[in-house]
Amino acid sequence: MEENINIKKYSDLEIGNVRYKTILTKKYLNRKSYKDVNSKEITAFLPGTIVKVFAKKGKKIKKGEKLLILEAMKMKNNIVSSIDGVIDEIRIKQGETVSKDQVLIKLK
Amino acid sequence: MPLKGKTTDLKKRMRDALKGGGSKAIEKQKAIGKMTARERIISLLDPKTFNEYDLFAVHAGKDFDMDKKYLPGDGVITGTGKLSGYPVCIYAQDFTVAGGSLGWMHAKKILKIMDHAMKLKIPLIGINDSGGARIQEGVNSLAGYGEIFYRNTQASGVIPQISVILGPCAGGAVYSPALTDFVFVVDKITKMFITGPEVIKTVLGEEISMEELGGAKVHAEITGNAHFYATSEAECFEQVKKLISYIPWNNLKKANPLPKKSPKRFYKIDTIIPIDQKQPYDVRNIIKAVSDDSDFFEVQELFAANIVIGFARFDGQTIGIVANQPLVMAGVLDVDSSDKAARFIRYCDAFNIPLVTFVDLPGYLPGVDQEHAGVIRHGAKLLYAYSEATVPKITVILRKAYGGGYIAMCSHHLKADFVFAWPTAEIAVMGPEGAANIIFRSEIKNAKDPDEVRKKKIEEYKEKFANPYVAAAYGYVDAVITPNETRRMVIHALEISSNKQEQPPFKKHGIPPF
Repeated sequence: MEENINIKKYSDLEIGNVRYKTILTKKYLNRKSYKDVNSKEITAFLPGTIVKVFAKKGKKIKKGEKLLILEAMKMKNNIVSSIDGVIDEIRIKQGETVSKDQVLIKLK
Repeated sequence: MPLKGKTTDLKKRMRDALKGGGSKAIEKQKAIGKMTARERIISLLDPKTFNEYDLFAVHAGKDFDMDKKYLPGDGVITGTGKLSGYPVCIYAQDFTVAGGSLGWMHAKKILKIMDHAMKLKIPLIGINDSGGARIQEGVNSLAGYGEIFYRNTQASGVIPQISVILGPCAGGAVYSPALTDFVFVVDKITKMFITGPEVIKTVLGEEISMEELGGAKVHAEITGNAHFYATSEAECFEQVKKLISYIPWNNLKKANPLPKKSPKRFYKIDTIIPIDQKQPYDVRNIIKAVSDDSDFFEVQELFAANIVIGFARFDGQTIGIVANQPLVMAGVLDVDSSDKAARFIRYCDAFNIPLVTFVDLPGYLPGVDQEHAGVIRHGAKLLYAYSEATVPKITVILRKAYGGGYIAMCSHHLKADFVFAWPTAEIAVMGPEGAANIIFRSEIKNAKDPDEVRKKKIEEYKEKFANPYVAAAYGYVDAVITPNETRRMVIHALEISSNKQEQPPFKKHGIPPF
């Protein structure tokens, strides 16, 4: 009945096997899709600076072994491996600043 | 000194104090579209009703040479006045005086006017425009905030508390508005955040502007901190006035009624909803089609628009409206919409405002993000709020009412006083498509033509269960009514329930899931 509504384009939203015509909110469209934790990728949990790198390419490592030190929020954080594995790739250097979720080291 | 001399002296003192932060600071304030604190109060309140107190308050700073400084009124204006005929207590922070920073005397003035409002049982309006704590006064400034938060909490549900954010309101300061009932924001003027862009940049390396981080639009649309959004201070004040006209002075009173008015003819209730459950429509047109003068004052219009909340009048009496909005996200319940509606229901219940609920929802929004954001915990707020509310509760089921959504939207089971349903209502454990797929799973799977059988079974289920009559047979719906009877039935139900008294079991307080 109000003109401003009819001109808007509707999208589909499926709930309970039914596709409803409706307007999707910005928040819904911008939602983050779920990603499984990949323990073979060591990522920065906060933005910060790499203070020290212990990992060496090709080296075998044990679960719990120190890989690097990431300074973030004025704290030096030991980043350790959550699995046994081999260092496949080191993507950072000492002194480098990294952003959140950046991949630092890859294991295999 | 003769009386005349004394009054001349008083006038001189007043003139000095009323200058606020001086012409330069005032110019700066105006340059960004802001009124001065005193102008704001005067343009908000009814003409010639404002009386100011504590104009001669002297700030309490002793260190860092603060004792040599003169801060008129210590950066805040307090007083009483009338708003649309209502008596109110009001304060406005004066950004032109030391950036409206909160020192101990500044806080004490606010505390005093808050205590007044509580004693006199009248609404409290705060206009925030402050750079934050007055660092020079150290811990006394923190004490000021703490004392304000305590009083906000004590006053919550006793007197209406309204926060108008007309400038920066950052750090601890934002928690006072957050504890009040309604927060008003203005585009380009309001800035609210706990940690500002500077800190975020230094600590996290993330760059964001003040407007994007905590501007009016952000709080109206994304965070839900704001209830009313305006594009100018003048528009904002009109909204405050309108809100005040809908709510009572305190929790022992009822909102002032207006003369009865019929809905506007423009809104034809029997032409608004599409019969096809999958098609959207604007539920606000239904609300307007049944309320006095088709006047609906929406709260949190931009936030979680899949549920609509706000005030309307039926036969002159203020009513709180909650309605699923099929136009947005098909009207689903999710984290934000549950939270939004639950708080509004508790507000109405605290201030004796009856609730009318319009139901048309497919259920809850599926998704990992919803589950992980705590849709269980937040969704439970809605059940809690409806179950707890003792004001008259009237429910009208328009179309879909499936599953948990049916229960949550003020069903009889949560002690609605009256539940009405339109003949278009579908009250069932789930939609026909989903239900048929589960109940007839093996039949469909083993059929020669599964799609054909599925279609047939869906139709069968629709025929049998997708209607209001199954629920009506059990008494879960009191009456199936035509759309045109809605207004009459709701008004009757409200009238009949007007003396409703329900005593909840004795408790100190419940433990709602927040």
